Amino acid sequence: MRRWNYDRIRQVLLGSRSRHGLIPLALLYAVLIALGFVYLYPLLYMAVTSFKSPEDLLNPMVQWVPTQLYLGNYLKAYRVLDYPETLFSTVLVSVVPTLLQVWACALVGYGLARYRFWGKSLLFLLIFATFIIPPQDTVIPQMLTYRRLGLLGNNLALIIPATLGQGFKSAIFILIFYQNFLSLPRALEESARLDGASDFAIFTRIALPGAVPAFIVSIIFSVVWYWNETYLTTIFLEGGVQTLPMQLAKFTQAYENLYPPGVVNIFDRLNEAVKMSGTFLTILPLLVMYFVLQRWFVESIERSGLAGE
Amino acid sequence: MAKTGLQLKFRVREALHGYSFVSLWVIGFVLFTAVPLAQTFLYSLSTVKVAVTGIELTPAGWQNYTRALLTDPTFIQLLVEYAVETAVSVPIVLIFSMIVALFLNVDFRLRGLFRTIFFLPVVITSGPVIRELSAQGVTSVPQVASSPLVQQVVAQLPTLLRAPVQYLLTSFILILWFSGVQILIYLAGLQKADRSIYEAAAVDGASAWESFWKITLPSLSTTTLVNALYTVITLSHFSENKVITYIYSRTYDVEGGIGFASAMAFIYSLVLMLLLLGIYLLLAPRSRD
Repeated sequence: MRRWNYDRIRQVLLGSRSRHGLIPLALLYAVLIALGFVYLYPLLYMAVTSFKSPEDLLNPMVQWVPTQLYLGNYLKAYRVLDYPETLFSTVLVSVVPTLLQVWACALVGYGLARYRFWGKSLLFLLIFATFIIPPQDTVIPQMLTYRRLGLLGNNLALIIPATLGQGFKSAIFILIFYQNFLSLPRALEESARLDGASDFAIFTRIALPGAVPAFIVSIIFSVVWYWNETYLTTIFLEGGVQTLPMQLAKFTQAYENLYPPGVVNIFDRLNEAVKMSGTFLTILPLLVMYFVLQRWFVESIERSGLAGE
Repeated sequence: MAKTGLQLKFRVREALHGYSFVSLWVIGFVLFTAVPLAQTFLYSLSTVKVAVTGIELTPAGWQNYTRALLTDPTFIQLLVEYAVETAVSVPIVLIFSMIVALFLNVDFRLRGLFRTIFFLPVVITSGPVIRELSAQGVTSVPQVASSPLVQQVVAQLPTLLRAPVQYLLTSFILILWFSGVQILIYLAGLQKADRSIYEAAAVDGASAWESFWKITLPSLSTTTLVNALYTVITLSHFSENKVITYIYSRTYDVEGGIGFASAMAFIYSLVLMLLLLGIYLLLAPRSRD
């Protein structure tokens, strides 16, 4: 056993070339925990408040620990959000355009990465432009067109642009696929071509299998962004399809339809605990998805090529 | 001669195949970006009347623009607030995401957990969720914004400074929540760094502090630019952005709402481009001569 002399204590506390010392490590954890707490404070508050009974809300002694695990808020929020049905249409609104948009972006990314053609830099410029131009600049004519075609309130209003690669934040997905297909070895492509494979066959049989990670990353991000999008969905889908965030946006109104304020007793009036339950129910599916698929989320940015070049 | 002819044929063939892969996007761009953009610009120069059959346009010159810039009492004020708040938020997001990325770049046991935590808001941030949380007053640092001392200091500030400071106090966590993607971009940038440079610097007697300013920061300059542009774009597209909500609220005015909203949308994107340009000029890595 080694003796505890001054040097060894110093090494353990302050660290050495090969390992971290206890003091820097403790500092690191302290700072990260403090930052993490501030960062997650709104979510912690939301989770705690959503379990508070009306009595707990009125009791100034109850701050962080509710006196009981009260589920009444969730029952109300569940009804107000019309949860199963709204959840189902939210999934539909996020997943269908996502699959079509990711497919379109894969095609474009492949074309940009594997072929030389005139106007490529112009195309890149336009792709970046779609990322910068705010939706406010293009949404009104689209809305009027959909109105004329009777497509307002129909999922097609989101599906058609997605199919043509103009879905939500498509520029990022094109970049992800572009980056991914750039690294495909030429030799693989050429040997397939010698075997007489067509360009499209090379894309589907050789390029696509190697792009599975890019597909997974793009799909989950696209689902999340479509899920959380309320500007376009409100304009295009309102009156036909309700998503969870849209329903949350008019939570008060929907609540008062179900529980008219003049009729219900004081404990059933809308309070912040019910609102927080509704907010929590809105993000719950995303939270579950995030914790199941977190590896794909946090490793994704490297694949996008956003981090440099 | 024959050889170059063959080469040319191959080049044309390659280009055609390339076009066939991107053609879908080009059609989509024309239909859903270029044409609507032109139409919106046309609306912005017209008085738009919504009728049962469709819309009627009457040319109105730059009237909608002058109305937005000179007559409307709210728009300019919101636009200035947006520009100031964005200018305040960007450095906060950059500094915060760089600090967190530097910490997460150290190898320690719970690194994955903290990475998960700091990326979480990217997944759950939507307009209505943020609105509910802001309404509860929980998007500010606990105990700070409401403390009497801070309130007093804010009250002493000149009017020009008060609004941005007030914004910082009430929405600090919200600003931090826009750092998720940027943290990962910085992390990726840090992990690309060549370890041997740091070792060489350490041998030459540079402290960690010195190597951060002299090596790490310069090597991240492109990443910082990307992050800054990304931050501005995300903040400007966020559906709770007050300029956006104002434009949206005026769109459905029966008399001339669409034309007015279109003009405001164009002014708004112009300001956004100027912000992006400003950041580019400020942060773009300069060649050394």
